[in-house]
Amino acid sequence: MPSPSYILTRLLQIIPTFLFIMVVVFVLVRLLPGDPASAILGERATDEAVARINAQLGLDQPVPVQFAIFLERFLEGDLGTSIHLKIPVVQLIEERLPVTLMLTAYAALLALLLALPLAFAAALRRDRGADMVIRGAFQVGLSTPVFYIGLVLLTIFAANLRWFPVGGFGETLTDQLYHLFLPALTLALSLSAVLMRNLRASIIEVLGAEYVDFARAKGLRPRIVMARHVLRNALISTVTLFGLSMGTLIGGAVITETVFAIPGAGRLMIDSIYGRDYPVVQGLTLALAILVSLAFLITDLVQAALDPRIGR
Amino acid sequence: MSAVLEARAAPASVRRRIRPTLASGAMILAASLVLAIVPGWFAPYDPLVFDYGALLQPPSLAHPFGTDNFGRDMLSRVIWAYRIDMQIALFGTLFPILFGCLVGAAVGYYGAWPDVLFGRVVDALITFPFLVLVIAIVAVLGPGLINMYIAVGVVGWVFYARLLRAEIRIQKQQEYAAAGKVMGYSDARIILRHLLPNAITPVLVFWMTDMALVILLGSSLGYLGLGAQPPAAEWGVLIADGKNFMTTGWWISIFPGLAIVVTGLGFSLLGDGIADLLRPQP
Repeated sequence: MPSPSYILTRLLQIIPTFLFIMVVVFVLVRLLPGDPASAILGERATDEAVARINAQLGLDQPVPVQFAIFLERFLEGDLGTSIHLKIPVVQLIEERLPVTLMLTAYAALLALLLALPLAFAAALRRDRGADMVIRGAFQVGLSTPVFYIGLVLLTIFAANLRWFPVGGFGETLTDQLYHLFLPALTLALSLSAVLMRNLRASIIEVLGAEYVDFARAKGLRPRIVMARHVLRNALISTVTLFGLSMGTLIGGAVITETVFAIPGAGRLMIDSIYGRDYPVVQGLTLALAILVSLAFLITDLVQAALDPRIGR
Repeated sequence: MSAVLEARAAPASVRRRIRPTLASGAMILAASLVLAIVPGWFAPYDPLVFDYGALLQPPSLAHPFGTDNFGRDMLSRVIWAYRIDMQIALFGTLFPILFGCLVGAAVGYYGAWPDVLFGRVVDALITFPFLVLVIAIVAVLGPGLINMYIAVGVVGWVFYARLLRAEIRIQKQQEYAAAGKVMGYSDARIILRHLLPNAITPVLVFWMTDMALVILLGSSLGYLGLGAQPPAAEWGVLIADGKNFMTTGWWISIFPGLAIVVTGLGFSLLGDGIADLLRPQP
């Protein structure tokens, strides 16, 4: 297990990251064309009304004070209200984010099921036929945009064969897993290409390591060497990769949700951009960035738990 | 064919190094570049002209990639899209590679507090989901290619800077760097003339991958309606045009997608090939 001091340092490191995320989102909102008061009141607002709204939002204050107000609101859990839906942004995020989380977790699981056996197969048959085919497949996977994979799967398995629904999100858990299968597979195909490429390399590296030779020389059965030495080390690099891929995975989820019409946070974000619903865009950017940095944190801790060399 | 003969005629040491990955990557990209520069020589039709006599035609001899719901020839649209998508690959990586190398070389060479600050910025920037940040920036600035380049530039330089910084730090420890210092050369001369040529390989290899990634990103934004704007022919836009016709006219979306895959493969094959070529031989 990682030492308490490592955990504490890592937890403290997340504070500047959060602050940075807040600054970026704050600056983004500052760059918006037009002022928020007329966005709320409409074009024909009187000057007094605009001044009143500005005072209410703290926009008549100096910029650092405005940032402090922004931070304070955030800590109180207030991210503003959607202009179109008239619902607090926090409530919208609470409704939509779980869908996105479920999709990404599902995709991560499928990607692992795809990548781990294939990476092993490729690494053990290095530079032979099977390896070439698997490597060729992930090269193609890396060059294919997520929305294209989604569109092709959607056409073949939902529109033509009718094995799966063309979109949406079910009511019960089984129904949801069924609805999300194609979207999760879409994301998984794209993620497993990245996973496989790196896993194959790390398995090959481990297979050549002295401690594996030593384990074999001790007379350990090949299966034990594979499970205890090779697989364990391959898992460490998988965990790291998963953490690093979280950002890509979330980005892919935004696109996949749009292709499959899934009512998640990603689709909400795209819809809000079309509708110029800036409070929602801002809130979602913040939520997704915080989500990814938390995933980084968890990755580091799990990695430290798996690898005794880290986290002393 | 002549390239194959030349490769055979080359001395054994060179022949060993020219791998099929490098050759096929270079060929794909050369073809893509030609299509991007003079699409008019190869496109059989005007990519924007409607033909109401040939709506939603499946692939045929007259229209190898079929026609869309306005009767526009898809082969011509895919070919003209090379111009925009190759431009995206170039302009989308130009600022990141230049600015990233500048920062990477400086912090790698001088170290100290700029290096610490750089480490913090990198940590913070890589926690941002790249696509979400790009989408958010484009949402604020408005859709379009220029704004997309700006959005990609805000984040993209970090990866180049990180790579070059690591390499420069290694090269700085070498004796020839110390020799340059003893000779009284300026820092700029040591960095540009001595360290950079030895440190730039991983950056160039990553550049190839990055161009493929930027094409994927650009077409994704195009698909979402946030990148290149219709009626411009861009692969992502073309795929979005065809998404409502997937059951009646699959060819509208399928061919532009294949163009993305082939071009992306070209870049990654070339990148791998260059990496192989420049890797020190045992």
